[in-house]
Amino acid sequence: MTSLSFLAAADASGLWETLGQYTLIGLTNGMLFALIALGYTMVYGIIELINFAHGDVFMLGSFLALAMINVMTGRDWDWSDPQMLWLGIGLLLLVVPLFCAALNVTIDRVVYKPLRRAPKLAPLVSAIGVSFVLMNVGLLWGGAADRHFPDLISRQNLLGDDAAIGFTAKDLMVVAITVPIMAALTVFVKATRLGKAMRATAQDPVAAQLMGINIDRVIALTFALGGALAGAAAVVYGLYINTVSYQMGFQNGLYAFTAAVLGGIGNIPGAVLGGLVIGLARAFGSGYVGERWTSALVFVILIAILVFRPAGLLGARTREKV
Amino acid sequence: MPPLLAVEDFYAGYGPIEVLKGISIEVQPGEIVALIGSNGAGKTSTLMGISGCLRPSRGRVLWQGREIQGLPAHEIVCRGICHAPEGRKIFPRLTVLENLQMGAFSRRDTKQIERDLQRSFELFPVLAQRRGQAGGTLSGGEQQMLAVARALMGRPTLLLLDEPSLGLAPLIVVKIFEVVRQLNREGMAVLLVEQAARMALKLAHRGYVMEIGRITMTDRAEALLTDKRVQDAYLGE
Repeated sequence: MTSLSFLAAADASGLWETLGQYTLIGLTNGMLFALIALGYTMVYGIIELINFAHGDVFMLGSFLALAMINVMTGRDWDWSDPQMLWLGIGLLLLVVPLFCAALNVTIDRVVYKPLRRAPKLAPLVSAIGVSFVLMNVGLLWGGAADRHFPDLISRQNLLGDDAAIGFTAKDLMVVAITVPIMAALTVFVKATRLGKAMRATAQDPVAAQLMGINIDRVIALTFALGGALAGAAAVVYGLYINTVSYQMGFQNGLYAFTAAVLGGIGNIPGAVLGGLVIGLARAFGSGYVGERWTSALVFVILIAILVFRPAGLLGARTREKV
Repeated sequence: MPPLLAVEDFYAGYGPIEVLKGISIEVQPGEIVALIGSNGAGKTSTLMGISGCLRPSRGRVLWQGREIQGLPAHEIVCRGICHAPEGRKIFPRLTVLENLQMGAFSRRDTKQIERDLQRSFELFPVLAQRRGQAGGTLSGGEQQMLAVARALMGRPTLLLLDEPSLGLAPLIVVKIFEVVRQLNREGMAVLLVEQAARMALKLAHRGYVMEIGRITMTDRAEALLTDKRVQDAYLGE
């Protein structure tokens, strides 16, 4: 498995400590899923397409991050100096999201846009095709084996060496990067002119055009934002998990997509909630049931929730007034 | 001086089905023009054609003398044609205030937008009470007022108004027509599509009668109101 692995909860001995540890691991991993899930949900919200290539954009982002680190290390970038470390991570968080945004917009432009008026199945199948193409690009770029991603951030427990629960600098890094990004996205979508135009387009594209909104531009913006989030997730993932591979887009993409559906596809807070639920389910599953049951557990939860709430946890209940 | 809007020999349809078969309509500056006709005559399609949501297969749309057919809808709005479409098309999960702000999306004059917003609330006080409420939770009448107010937020030179009376209580219709008349006195031209033909013709200066994709009659509104054929077919005497 190259998907999210879990830090050993070896020193969490007591019942409550174990529970706390699993919860912490679940939430941290969940935030990563959430970051990827947002890209699925935003694109779906606006053009009702499940962009299966999204996970592979994420994968290529992590490959770019790895390549950048290798180049920087080759030029004597001192990762052990905290200042240089954070500067370096800042640089990765600037370049990789830009790359993924550009890639995602290009995919839309070249593959999905010509199919905008075609039956829904055409862009969907194309998305699966793009996913395979990108996966093979990854294979060509990095080979078939798992690739080591440098372990740049300390695993030192921030709660003290003897603490029952482990919360490392690495865990903190995940939270410190993902939470502000999600907060910024929420503010953007809720309060800015373009964010409102995005929601308007998602709710009624024809009416949005009649308001003077250029919906092609809004769609491109959505792909750019989703791609940028995947890029940020790719950097965090590499630094956190330390293994990347050409298949990671498929595996994590599947979980993130599930998170988006679980929360209510098209719903932004829903994607975050879904990500956290799946992160927790996986942490508890592998902790209490066994690693190999986690996937089954995640999808049982998905099915159970969809049986009772077909629109997902926070999905819009469509009821139009006449 | 050219007319404000001239639709010339306009043909359009959906796939193989042609719904507009050579429509010609003119609207002069400051005029209210009613387009009446029965269900399925192509009235809504005519408005969609003007606002750029329906592409012509033949014919032209001239705005102040310049061709605009084939322009994307969002650019036509920027030229001063605002469309309150059939079925209201309120953004259901945006608040009333956000819906109105979207109406002003094509504008950049923040201060004037703020004044126009206050004006919308004066014209339709119920919208002020509901400003924080999601558009989809409003009643049908409130949604129609919001649709009109939202279109007005674009400061139109020409307002395209599609079936504002559909399914509404008479009092609300009167209210909406009153607002339209008031804004018209301030210079806004209106192209009004209505099935409630009598009311529409009483409001309008001129009228067109439409039947299965063609204009069959046009005259001053008073003349149409007293025309025997119009009375028989649309005024239900």
